[in-house]
Amino acid sequence: MIYLDNSATTKPRKEVLETFITVNEQYYANPASIHRMGNEAEDLLEGARAQIKQLLKMEHAVFTSGGTESNNLALFGVAKAYQHRGKHIITAVTEHPSVLKSLEALEQQGFDITRLPVDRSGAIDLNELNNALRQDTILVSLMHVNNEIGTVHPIAEIKKLLKGSWALFHVDAVQSIGKVKLLADSMPDLLSISGHKIHGLKGSGVLAYNQVELEAILHGGGQEFGLRSGTVAVPQAAALAKALRLAEPKPDYAEWNKDLRTFFKGFNGVKIISPETAAPHILAIALKGLKGEILVTGLQQESVIVSTSSACSSKSKEISHVIEAIGVPREFKEGVIRISFGAFTTAQDIAELKKAFERVYRLV
Amino acid sequence: MKTNQVLVRYGELSTKGKNRSSFIGRLRDNVRQTFSDLESIRIKAERDRMFIYSDEEKDMEKVLERLPLVFGIQSFSPVTQSELTFDAMKQAAIAVVSKVDRQNKSFKVSVKRPNKAFPYEKPEITQAIGSHVLRSFPELTVQMKHPDVELKVEIREEAAYMMAEVIPGAGGLPVGAGGKALLMLSGGIDSPVAGYHMLKRGVRLELIHFFSPPFTNDRAKEKVLDLADKLSQFGSSVNLHIIPFTKLQQEVHKQVPDNITMTSTRRMMMRVADLVLAETKCQAIITGESLGQVASQTLESLHAINAVTNTPVLRPLIAMDKLDIIETAQQIGTYEISIRPFEDCCTIFTPSSPKTKPKLEKVEYYEKFVSFDDLIQEAVQERETIKFPRVQEAKFEGLL
Repeated sequence: MIYLDNSATTKPRKEVLETFITVNEQYYANPASIHRMGNEAEDLLEGARAQIKQLLKMEHAVFTSGGTESNNLALFGVAKAYQHRGKHIITAVTEHPSVLKSLEALEQQGFDITRLPVDRSGAIDLNELNNALRQDTILVSLMHVNNEIGTVHPIAEIKKLLKGSWALFHVDAVQSIGKVKLLADSMPDLLSISGHKIHGLKGSGVLAYNQVELEAILHGGGQEFGLRSGTVAVPQAAALAKALRLAEPKPDYAEWNKDLRTFFKGFNGVKIISPETAAPHILAIALKGLKGEILVTGLQQESVIVSTSSACSSKSKEISHVIEAIGVPREFKEGVIRISFGAFTTAQDIAELKKAFERVYRLV
Repeated sequence: MKTNQVLVRYGELSTKGKNRSSFIGRLRDNVRQTFSDLESIRIKAERDRMFIYSDEEKDMEKVLERLPLVFGIQSFSPVTQSELTFDAMKQAAIAVVSKVDRQNKSFKVSVKRPNKAFPYEKPEITQAIGSHVLRSFPELTVQMKHPDVELKVEIREEAAYMMAEVIPGAGGLPVGAGGKALLMLSGGIDSPVAGYHMLKRGVRLELIHFFSPPFTNDRAKEKVLDLADKLSQFGSSVNLHIIPFTKLQQEVHKQVPDNITMTSTRRMMMRVADLVLAETKCQAIITGESLGQVASQTLESLHAINAVTNTPVLRPLIAMDKLDIIETAQQIGTYEISIRPFEDCCTIFTPSSPKTKPKLEKVEYYEKFVSFDDLIQEAVQERETIKFPRVQEAKFEGLL
């Protein structure tokens, strides 16, 4: 199988699995226990945290179950802690459902949400963001790289733009971390990352943050600085620290992306959906008048795994909100597929994809 | 325009006469150690002041962050450097003065011009920069004698240097200038504060801690390690000696009646400390004792405990109120560590009613039936010594 659905999830690295197993075998004690084994587990947990903070250049890190929980903690945590200052939050229409649905819930609780529109490339207009900022804006939440089409938001510029305002800046970096270089000096106030998108494990994630007050969304024994009660999953935390250390953007991605763009331009009924400026590891294309599902199935017959626009929404029959938002022409809307690279992708895989696509295209 | 040097003014050194140069040398070494992880730092110590240089902005920030902790420094000023043109100098002057509190403050510019080739004379420079600053900050008034804010400008060959900000230092004497003493560090709130006060008087510290496994656990030990690490952040490294104390403690409990075990235990600690003191060439023992806090801290108790040694025992907190001690502990960052809830060797065998006025003759009488000497020797020999600041151990390196 040629796996080109790395934006949905990635294959865990061997080294990460080794860490996971070793920690489970040797450091399985509860890190909150005061006996020696507990202490060792706690040391390991804090070592993992320190390594993650250092790699991300952030001051604090809370372990979560993944990107969705990190986003939830960031949004609810900030909203509850800062509501005395204001109840206005800004986001974009193309965000991940874990952000959009959380904000809908906050809207029910009296928060005022501005959802910035995007242009055909999926980008927000920075002037519009600037105009949307108000005295009572407490948070701006944007993703770094869009999971469906790869649009990159200019984090450094947005950070600069927010400098004069009270608003905190949350970035969902789930799709970008380890794939696109994050600029160390333009780190936002809060950053969500997920283990299984960087060849780590499902069920692991981190919300990293700097000088921010947060209110807990899980209550109980007070673990993780009281922000996320519940026995901490030390093996997941250690595995995440290792996966993050080994994660590195691959220079090949850009070359393959370019190659595939040239390739797909050779087909009349194919439209390239990802903007030219998109992150190199995600390439969305669409087939005229054809359902994406058919192409995904067809390629699978040829042992190539790709997905429709996003794994999260691919099982529902609706058109993805991102595809709607960037105004894809009607005859292409249902035919979007996403090809995404990971650390194990090879040039051979790309060549196979091209061959398989040619065969399938002839049939349909 | 950049800030790439800091001018440091010495503390109480003016009274030190012939010892002055050794004080300055000590301070220079301590400053060097404080910044040993920053490669770009250069230090020049002169008779009246010290300069710290770095071209790395990040390192400079760290200098300004850590310098307030180093004892022996009266105050310091970041120095801004600018090109030798009026435009650049004016811009630098604004940047420098903008960092100072200016509300209802008087102001003056003073110029030095060792670079005689600079085409303008002192009054012209003073006038140009002074009027520019006053136009930009109308809240300032001019005053020639004793102004609140003095912008010092020095025109040298390569650049103009200026400063106005005066940041207070930690005061005191450079650590090490006052010899070395052994601090009995318990893990409680008081002893780290006692150590801090002695550091401020220039005394270098060795630390001794009594550890009673299996009754006291690793977390209790870690607490002490963290306290030692904190104490090493005041400009001088420290060694921590961890004494295995279980056998001695058990022997005391076997030999002496319950209500004086506490006095006797402390006498044993003192005897152990005395031996470590000799080995580490310290001149005094420091404790965190404060009069009337607990049973062992009455004058009678202190008298009975002190009787085992001729070494000076310094008790910087002896007359301090608990609340003042806590306040200092909070300021120096040891409080949070000290209040972590783990048993230490002083609390595990606490008798229900210890004598607050133990009689020395009685204590000596009960102790004389055994010789504790061998156990004391053994405890000293089997001590574990750890140096601080600690180098991060890479214990889980392969795993993470």
